[in-house]
Amino acid sequence: MAVSSPDTAVRTSRATRALIYALLIFFAVYYMLPLYVMVVNSVKPLDEIRGGAMLSLPQVLTLDPWRSAWSTAQIGVEPTGLAPYFINSILMVVPAVAISTVLGAMNGYVLTKWRFPGHNIVFGMMLLACFIPFQIVLIPMARILGLINLAGTTPGLVLVHVVYGIGFTTLFFRNYYEAFPTELVKAAQIDGASFWQIFFRIMLPSSGPIIVVTVIWQFTNVWNDFLFGASFADYDSQPITVALNNLVSSSTGVKEYNVHFAGAILAALPTLVVYIVSGRYFVRGLMAGAVKG
Amino acid sequence: MAFLEINKLVKRFGPVEVLKGINLQVEEGGFLVLVGPSGCGKSTLLSMIAGLDTVTEGEIRIDGRRVNELVPSQRDIAMVFQSYALYPNMTVGGNIAFGLEMRGVPKAEREAAIQRVSEMLQIGHLLNRKPSQLSGGQRQRVAMGRALVRDPKLFLFDEPLSNLDAKLRVDMRTEIKRLHQTMGTTIVYVTHDQIEAMTLATQIAVLKDGVLQQFGTPAEIYNNPVNVFVADFMGSPSMNIVKAKVKVNGAGVGVALARGNEPDLVLEAGRGSEGLRAHDGREVLLGIRPEAITDFDGADRTARTVVQAECHVDVVEPAGADTFVVTHLGGREVIARMRSDAVVRAGDRVGFAFNMDKAVFFDPAAQTRVA
Repeated sequence: MAVSSPDTAVRTSRATRALIYALLIFFAVYYMLPLYVMVVNSVKPLDEIRGGAMLSLPQVLTLDPWRSAWSTAQIGVEPTGLAPYFINSILMVVPAVAISTVLGAMNGYVLTKWRFPGHNIVFGMMLLACFIPFQIVLIPMARILGLINLAGTTPGLVLVHVVYGIGFTTLFFRNYYEAFPTELVKAAQIDGASFWQIFFRIMLPSSGPIIVVTVIWQFTNVWNDFLFGASFADYDSQPITVALNNLVSSSTGVKEYNVHFAGAILAALPTLVVYIVSGRYFVRGLMAGAVKG
Repeated sequence: MAFLEINKLVKRFGPVEVLKGINLQVEEGGFLVLVGPSGCGKSTLLSMIAGLDTVTEGEIRIDGRRVNELVPSQRDIAMVFQSYALYPNMTVGGNIAFGLEMRGVPKAEREAAIQRVSEMLQIGHLLNRKPSQLSGGQRQRVAMGRALVRDPKLFLFDEPLSNLDAKLRVDMRTEIKRLHQTMGTTIVYVTHDQIEAMTLATQIAVLKDGVLQQFGTPAEIYNNPVNVFVADFMGSPSMNIVKAKVKVNGAGVGVALARGNEPDLVLEAGRGSEGLRAHDGREVLLGIRPEAITDFDGADRTARTVVQAECHVDVVEPAGADTFVVTHLGGREVIARMRSDAVVRAGDRVGFAFNMDKAVFFDPAAQTRVA
């Protein structure tokens, strides 16, 4: 990028350019530092960390902390490692993301293409759901989960996250479908397509960018959630965020920092992968919504 | 009984009445064009025929069957939209066959139908492309193919040519006309372009503010407009409409047009004479189309009443095939359409021949036809 690209708005001199790059590199390094510390220390033996050399590269390379964090570390009272909780998180995230995305798409479809009296009020109320703080719903939600016999189970957590996510997914899809030409729906009606056929054959196949945005958003939020996991899950359904907390804050024995670092990376890995795989669609999708919505 | 019947049709959106009692009938194989300025309700009327808008009052019958309560897919209609409305995620072939697929037509039959239609519209080589890879004209053809493939009773076109450039529009217009002639289908076509209306229609309905102004053949609409709006809307350049005073002189009836500092120009009234007799001494509006005012040599020899007069030429606009000559009569500009080789210069006094057989007269207050 040494050559100035023809479409930059402001022409810059060589010196300004150098300054800009220096600043950018400085901040890049600054923001990458925590990740560096985590990775480096997760492959060191514990002695090296205790020696105080947090920032230096490992003298002895070992993957034992990773193995330990995954399968043998003490989580609470059981020496199971993070593996079962990782599975718990997957079992919670996949259905929660899928269901809330599909429901959001349907809501968006109805709110834009099958308008009914009061559709704006319904949409307004769903928008409001985006602003309710988590803590407010803890007690009522616990009561409801108890009433429907889902307390302390993975399906219960899925339900909580679906209910909480629906406001956002509806907002995303409604704004996307608002810009979607209504004539297409009319044409499909004349062609004899039913309500669902129009949704599945016409609307959904054209919703790629907004599906990616919604999935990333929901995946990150649900995967990273700690409060609901800590409040509503039992030992056999706790997500990885809760397990990581139990791993790090266990009060018995030696603090195995290298294992903690490895565990933290393990817990963050799925969201990282989702971003790397579809991050550019995220930006593109957000822009599409912003410009046309 | 007509093939498409629209009886006392009313459409209200809340308190706003957008269609105020429309009556129309189209015979089988007819080509009805709904024309009018934007906001006149023509697209709403088409949507109601399609079933995309509900009927507030009145009745729509297609082939004898009341369709008010039927959903679009049950009405046996096909529609071509202004934006073409091609499904962006499907290929051209998929687009064309979608309606058949939704109706459960077997795949083999669908393929055959796609072949038939794509040959007719010369889009066979495009069948595997996506709509985004097509030009405007190609999209237009695909949209028509999608309508044609189902062989419905009634075709609806909603300003299908307005997104095309001028040359392509003329080509596609001819193509639509040819399709109509070869297939003999019944068509309802919405446009705001009066030339499209004239060239395509077997019948024209002129709408304004939700009221049907006139319903008739293109010739009727063009030659016998019922009011000033229709006269002015149809035709390009539009009809000259100028103030004139009726003068009855024994058997003869004439109209006098004021001309600046010259004496009034008196024109014999021609076919409107009998109707005008009762208006002696009153002011009327004379409507005369540019092509009914020519140079002496260009005058229609079969016309019964041609009045010749010399007038002052303000502007000359050569247009290739014709020369438009602007003069000033009755306080307004009047355009005459002369032969391209008529010798006329701005500022000259030139002989004009008025074909008064083609003249029409309106009441200045009510704007309606008096003769």
